[in-house]
Amino acid sequence: MAKKQYQLVSCTINGKAVEQMVDVRASLTDLLRNDFRLTSVKKGCEVGECGACNVLIDGECFNSCLYLAVWAEGKHITTLEGLMGPNGELSDIQQAFMDETAIQCGFCIPGFIMTAVEILNRNRYYTDEELRKLLSGHLCRCTGYENIFKAVKKTMLRRLGRLDDPFLTT
Amino acid sequence: MGEVGKREVRVDAFDKATGRTKYYEDLMPAEALYARIKHSTIAHGFVTAVDTAEAEQIDGVVKVITCFDVPDRPFPTAGHPWSMDPHHQDVADRLLLNRHVRYYGDDVAVVIAENEVAAMQGVRALKVTYEELPFVLDVQKAMEDGAPQLHEAYPRNILNHTSIRNGDYETAVKEPGLIKVEGWYDTPTVQHCHIENHGCFAYEENGRMTVVSSTQIPHIVRRVVGQALGRPWGDIRLIKPYIGGGFGNKQDALYEPLCAYCSTQVGGRCVRVDCSREETFVSNRVRHAIRSHIISWLRPDGTFAARKLECFSSQGAYASHGHGIVAKGMGAFPQQYPCPNVEGDAYTVFCNKPAAGAMRGYGIPQAMFANESHIDECAKAVGMDPLAFRRQNLMPVGFKDGFSQNENYFDSYNQCMDKGKAYMDYDRKIKKYAQETGPIRHGIGVATFWYNTAVYPISLETSSNRMQLNLDGTVTMQCGETEIGQGADTVYAQMTADVLGLKSYKDVHVVSCQDTDITPTGLGAYASRQTYVAGFSIRQTGDLLKEKILNYASELNRQAPYNMDIVDGNIVRIGDGRVLMSLSELAMTAQYNPVHSEHLTAESTYTIRNNAYSFGCTFAEVEVDIPMCHVKLLNIINVHDCGRLINPALAEAQVHGGMSMAIGYGLSEQLLFDEKTGKPLNNNLLDYKLSTIMDHPHLEAEFVENPEPTSAFGTKALGEPPACSGAPAIRNAIYNATGVAINENPINPHILFKRFTEEGLIQD
Repeated sequence: MAKKQYQLVSCTINGKAVEQMVDVRASLTDLLRNDFRLTSVKKGCEVGECGACNVLIDGECFNSCLYLAVWAEGKHITTLEGLMGPNGELSDIQQAFMDETAIQCGFCIPGFIMTAVEILNRNRYYTDEELRKLLSGHLCRCTGYENIFKAVKKTMLRRLGRLDDPFLTT
Repeated sequence: MGEVGKREVRVDAFDKATGRTKYYEDLMPAEALYARIKHSTIAHGFVTAVDTAEAEQIDGVVKVITCFDVPDRPFPTAGHPWSMDPHHQDVADRLLLNRHVRYYGDDVAVVIAENEVAAMQGVRALKVTYEELPFVLDVQKAMEDGAPQLHEAYPRNILNHTSIRNGDYETAVKEPGLIKVEGWYDTPTVQHCHIENHGCFAYEENGRMTVVSSTQIPHIVRRVVGQALGRPWGDIRLIKPYIGGGFGNKQDALYEPLCAYCSTQVGGRCVRVDCSREETFVSNRVRHAIRSHIISWLRPDGTFAARKLECFSSQGAYASHGHGIVAKGMGAFPQQYPCPNVEGDAYTVFCNKPAAGAMRGYGIPQAMFANESHIDECAKAVGMDPLAFRRQNLMPVGFKDGFSQNENYFDSYNQCMDKGKAYMDYDRKIKKYAQETGPIRHGIGVATFWYNTAVYPISLETSSNRMQLNLDGTVTMQCGETEIGQGADTVYAQMTADVLGLKSYKDVHVVSCQDTDITPTGLGAYASRQTYVAGFSIRQTGDLLKEKILNYASELNRQAPYNMDIVDGNIVRIGDGRVLMSLSELAMTAQYNPVHSEHLTAESTYTIRNNAYSFGCTFAEVEVDIPMCHVKLLNIINVHDCGRLINPALAEAQVHGGMSMAIGYGLSEQLLFDEKTGKPLNNNLLDYKLSTIMDHPHLEAEFVENPEPTSAFGTKALGEPPACSGAPAIRNAIYNATGVAINENPINPHILFKRFTEEGLIQD
């Protein structure tokens, strides 16, 4: 049997610089879950179909199951655990998911929130159709996406200062 | 006070929004060994040999177990309450691994290894030799003489056949002037697709077996693991943490028995089984594909003279929940549209496909697709509007079912349809769309559904509960009815707060995790029973605890217990409303009283001997592009009467999810099999078309709240009903738009092309 190959990876995870020896075959999901116990990174398919494992890599959202751990070299990675403020403050999008009843079993939620963060951080207005397209890389069986859409759209409107938009009262 | 009825935030929302919630895999001991399963690559046959030599050589492989090694001790898997009547017990047709393989994906062997890669390499290195047998995929072909037999005990593969005979069908059809409407309706094999795949881990501790599993039914799985291992049930400890959805798939014992067995074969070390998505589609459970044949004999005024139903339910390879599914579907037939002369026959038939089990709706989505499609054809045959036809023929107020004793207390159907009609602007749009003749057409369809709550009187209904007054005046509560994502824990907290007079539902700590060593025995999440059933034991146990609290308060306050109440977390004298003490003061005094120390707690079981109808409807509006064979869902609303809403925000959310599942059932979802080999063709989330956020319009959820009189809190079923009427409403909207009856789902472009061509809407 071929000898296992390991490689040292240096990267930043949730704001902290780390070094880790990784199996060159391991995915970023494996690295985050197994080596750093960041269990918000969920495994729903492990082939990039469901979006439950999404994390931000240098501000851009990726399926961490399709991203080799060794590719993380020099990258800044953010998981859902990294969204919370230093004193346990929730981000606006996390609060919106709670307030809009966008969470049921919760398994798809970490990935969904990370994609929402990527979208919201662009600080621009998206139409409903654009927003739906941007969120369509995630599968959810509990919510019908209805309240997830509401949470993301309302947060977008608030961040853009469109506080008189009638959607905010739905 | 008054927590019931409020739009409260879920008790588990914070942890789920921050990624802290632990599912089974997040609790995995680091030392767990990986068990990976070798699945059969033929649809039917006998394993003649498994060559394990190469697999055993792989570095990291600890043990290989094959179908020749496991005990010959059949066990059942269905998540049903145990029955003391041997004739009503579930069919025990499962072994841990199988020499007689009955579907492509059956379990043949398992490799246990120190790491996942070694386990997977080990599985790949196993060489299985088969003696192949002919196989059968079609439910009716499986019933033919000479068809391949799956189980010796079931000739012609018929697991069960039940009948309904009401009135005299044969005589009734001879009435002069009747119009005959006849149709065949086919529903597909679909899968639950919870985003967390099933998995579990097992280890021995103090001579007992502990299994931590992603399941809906911890106490039932404990029993099944005991049966499968041949060990006393008390030897088994089952722990259920948070789970990433279930929808009925996890209302079966899945791989818990095999996982526990593997642990016993490696000296009780911890072993994990984690299903891949591909395995989940094939080697867990699926929804029964059911073919229905309906004949209705109508008078010109649109009333029924006689009706007949035949259903053929595709069970797949193993019995699992078996005949219960189609039996429930057939049971709805004479009740939803009562008719004096009804004949019904339902068959559940084995075939060489994945085992079908429970899935949200339990036979009713299939039955509603057939029956509500058929009703639209009946309306058309007598020239009536589909809504008017339904209003005339649906179950009337006052109807009582002799078996369940369920009674239709309210005019729910009409009230729900009124709301749906108003939201849809039905009359105006129907008139407008009727003028369309071009390639793009619009239509509105309606479908209703029949449902009931929990499983009484077919099976036992029971709920147990334990409550403890904490020293700060809060209450800790435990029960065996499980949180599976639906929000059960939150509504339990709301109900408990009200029974005990606490200030807020946040003063109730619901122990979410079920551990059979600790949790009062319960049956788990299924049959849309959680809120209804748990409600009884919450109320009863809360009353018991309240009585104990007031008795103790009586000692301290010199007031008669009946002159006191608990209001907003305080002991209050009823006569003048004076606050005597807080619950916290009472709890502290009771616990630390040097003369009479008491830990204030209550526990009780309530046996439920009621059931409750839960009705509603879907209205769907579609745009059909005839040349492109494309359906766009423009607008959809579900209206439910599930009694009093405990938490309207959670109720709406529950409806959204069911509507989404119904949209997939109607338009896109289908697990396909190769006719030549029986091999599943699309067992992954790319090729199996689960709806994405782009496939949905806004989902409108509305309610009619008629408080259910049999219920502890006026509530009744809402878990499954939202998945029941969406698909036929979409089908009827397409029928309304194009005049083309499509009697199979999902209504995808392939089916539309075939049907539009047959009906001349598309020409070469």
